Amino acid sequence: MNIIYPAAVEVLQFLILLFAAPVFVGWVRMLKCWFQGRTSAGLLQPHRDIMKLFYKDVVLAENASWIFRFTPYLVFGATAVAGGVIPILSVGLPLSATADIIALVALFTISRFFTALAGLDIGTAFGGMGSSREKTIASLAEPAMLMAIFTVSLVSQSTSLSQMVNVIAHGEFVLRPSLAFALLAFVLITLAETGRIPVDNPATHLELTMIHEAMILEYSGRHLALIEWAGMMKLFLFTALGIASFFPWGIAAAGDIAFLPVTTVLLLFKLILAGIGLVLIETGLAKMRLFRLTEFLGSAFLFATLGLLSYFILE
Amino acid sequence: MSPFVLASFSILLLLFSLVLAPIFARRQRLLIYVSFTLAAFSSLTALAAGIWTVGKGSVESYILLLGLPELPFHLRLDPLSGFFLTVIGLLGLFVSIYSIGYVKGILSHRPVTSLVIFYNLFIAGMFMVIVADDAFFFLISWEVMAASSYFLVMFEDERAENRRAAFTYLLIAHVGAIAILLSFGVMAGLATGFESFNGYTFDAMRHAEFPVRWATAAFFLAFFGFAAKAGMIPLHVWLPEAHPVAPSNVSALMSGVMLKTAIYGIIRVTFDLVRIFPWWWGAIVLALGLITAVMGILYAIMQQDLKRLLAYSSVENIGIILIGVSLAMVFSSFQMPVFSALALTASLYHVLNHAMFKGLLFMGAGAVLHATGERNMERMGGLIHKMPWTSAFFLIGCISISALPPFNGFVSEWLTFQAFLLSPAVPSPLLKLLIPLGASLLALTAALAATCFVKAFGMTFLGQWRGHHPQHIHEADGTMKTGMILTAVTCLCLGILPTIVIGWMDTLTEQLTGGRLASTAGEFGWLWLTPISHARASYSAPLIFLIIPAVVSLVYLFLHIRKKAIHRVPLWDCGFQKITTRMQYTGTSFSMPLRRIFGFLFRIREDVRIEAPRHKAFPQKIHYRLRVRDRLWEWFYNPVADASFWLARRVGRLQQGRIQVYLIYSFVTIIILLVLL
Repeated sequence: MNIIYPAAVEVLQFLILLFAAPVFVGWVRMLKCWFQGRTSAGLLQPHRDIMKLFYKDVVLAENASWIFRFTPYLVFGATAVAGGVIPILSVGLPLSATADIIALVALFTISRFFTALAGLDIGTAFGGMGSSREKTIASLAEPAMLMAIFTVSLVSQSTSLSQMVNVIAHGEFVLRPSLAFALLAFVLITLAETGRIPVDNPATHLELTMIHEAMILEYSGRHLALIEWAGMMKLFLFTALGIASFFPWGIAAAGDIAFLPVTTVLLLFKLILAGIGLVLIETGLAKMRLFRLTEFLGSAFLFATLGLLSYFILE
Repeated sequence: MSPFVLASFSILLLLFSLVLAPIFARRQRLLIYVSFTLAAFSSLTALAAGIWTVGKGSVESYILLLGLPELPFHLRLDPLSGFFLTVIGLLGLFVSIYSIGYVKGILSHRPVTSLVIFYNLFIAGMFMVIVADDAFFFLISWEVMAASSYFLVMFEDERAENRRAAFTYLLIAHVGAIAILLSFGVMAGLATGFESFNGYTFDAMRHAEFPVRWATAAFFLAFFGFAAKAGMIPLHVWLPEAHPVAPSNVSALMSGVMLKTAIYGIIRVTFDLVRIFPWWWGAIVLALGLITAVMGILYAIMQQDLKRLLAYSSVENIGIILIGVSLAMVFSSFQMPVFSALALTASLYHVLNHAMFKGLLFMGAGAVLHATGERNMERMGGLIHKMPWTSAFFLIGCISISALPPFNGFVSEWLTFQAFLLSPAVPSPLLKLLIPLGASLLALTAALAATCFVKAFGMTFLGQWRGHHPQHIHEADGTMKTGMILTAVTCLCLGILPTIVIGWMDTLTEQLTGGRLASTAGEFGWLWLTPISHARASYSAPLIFLIIPAVVSLVYLFLHIRKKAIHRVPLWDCGFQKITTRMQYTGTSFSMPLRRIFGFLFRIREDVRIEAPRHKAFPQKIHYRLRVRDRLWEWFYNPVADASFWLARRVGRLQQGRIQVYLIYSFVTIIILLVLL
């Protein structure tokens, strides 16, 4: 019982990640269509896109090396493992102690590192451009991310995600200004890390401003499907990470089976809200120039630092 | 049989191999085999001695009746020296194996006797520095190490840049050595109250009580002396000059382990000889470490020369190591032994890791240089197809240095972050606020390092050949591959078994900080690393190492149940036609965004000249020139150099070349001395 139950929840969480991530992206796209007065293709369109790509043959550049072919699998694998670490449904899962939040960020870095290499592999101008920009943005986002993590971990005295959820959700409720600042920083970083407007335009294709899309331009068939799917999972996971760090009320305690239905409903509710928030940001803002991003990520860093200061001064 | 016997056997064997060189000088091939085999064997012996000493936690000291009368040499092997013996032995072993193949490649241009002799002397010098237990023998060994590495840098001395690099290196090494000598002088004098010469042993210094002012002077003299050798900014300028021009096996040793002897010196002086220190020493070291780390990696990103890039990245890693040392100093000064042990473990773990991955990367760069004769990344590309083995090893080096789990670089950076996260426990409000900002700079460094090595690997091995004449490019030979495989496997093992390594290092932190880490770090067995407690943070490298490949292979199998064709086609690139290899991204264009963002830190000159004979709308040729330079040269080094030349010219006026004038000088000197005394 003690082993089977957490393992079952872990599997359930993994399945939710795999199948809810495209639906979440579908939800965001649907809302966006509504906001812009267009008819949407429905919640399941991302699913259909992925399935279609899986059925297609792979078209590969002549000079693509093994790195290019290996990257989609690795990106998918690393993202999926990250999904096992974040407490989406419950804390104290078998994999949750595998990595703390710093190691979790490093798991995402693995995918980014290899995607950037794949962009350089075939030797096109677009690929190199995408890699260069992606790595630049990542370099600037990382310090802000760490400051946000630092602030959040001050509250729980821990970088272990389960512990963080435990302290905030199951401890005494305290209003913490430091967490508000950290949340603000985290939202800005999420926009940068997952390639949303104003940092990158996820809907773009064949534009000189594209970043993520430029790196994966030469992918096709199942390779492209894996990368796209992993990208959707990443957005879902960053949302889940935000929920776990800032709004963990509702995530089940270790071994609490009866609470799971409530957790699921609450999760659904939070995701719907997160989607609305994301779409409001994306519709309200225009894409920034690449060199304006230093200000954008600089303000994320500033918010996180303010959070840190307010912890020491106010709490 | 004891570890000390093993270690001294290793040193003697290396010194003995120097005698062999002249005998085999006529038969160069045989010389290479014999000499590097001996070097590999003695490194292995030293490695065994080191692992044994640290594992057992033993302390052995001996007095060698050599040296000046009444001033014998003292030797000592304790866990701290055992650890550094392990690091040097490990990389020495791998690089010596690699050297057999690499040096054979040099044989076609020139005889290698001097390379072989100084290589062995260099390793012997490093071992001697580590086991020395008095200032006298320490400085002799230090000079043996510096001089032999000077000759190694000078190996291809027909090129002016090599001579210049070697001179810069020698100069800064000696300025550093003078500072170290002065520091030992202060401590030795105070140890005996300026009464006798006996204070020159480290033992005497260990038992002495230093007044705070003098301790500060001794510490900062030693710190800057060693930092000059370690390549800390602003004393780093020799490093990017000397490392690229040395033969690659030597660069691997210089970057991988010689810089670490300086770290050894800093730790020895701080935690063993001075022992008691105020927190602000640590704060200054932290600030310098952070500057070194961030600036080092930014410089590295701007480089086009592969080996120069690696050299600058060593500067960065020295910064990371210093950050760990400084945090240990801060925690120690506030009497927090366990936290201090964590920070010191992080730092020493990084010493070991950096030795491995930087050694591997320099070996890889050496293999590329060997195969293509090219160091400039702008003229490389696509080597992954021609050098599959080398590229795989180089990739492992890049992954490790970019701190990606489950490889070793991540473990030490993660531990350093954990040490940073403990800083709110420090009872000083100022440090509480400032240290986290340091953590964010470390995060910036880590992210920039990943960018830098995407560039290094991408430009060298990926894409298509950018040079003009793709010549005959061949894969590295057997011994070179063996050296690189062993290093790469060690990188992986250090990455997935951190609990075992930390358990082994327990005696070391106990000796230096009085804190132990192993019981809490390995509380849940070898699978989980939980530095302070499991509720605080945990990381399981073995699980990550198993699960990611498991998921990857599952997905792979699942997608390959139904066979689907892979069509190989020419590049698509959004439908652009007639793409040439010249249209690829180059290293310069890759680092352009970062150059623009952080450009104010450098002296950048960009010239674009357009040749348009008819109309400027129809250019025929575009010349682009970019120069990125160190601002420190104009701010600090050039003025100092100019001032010393000016002074030298003034003093030079005394020399007229006439013997009568010189006789008058002597006469006047004698008169003055007679009057004064």
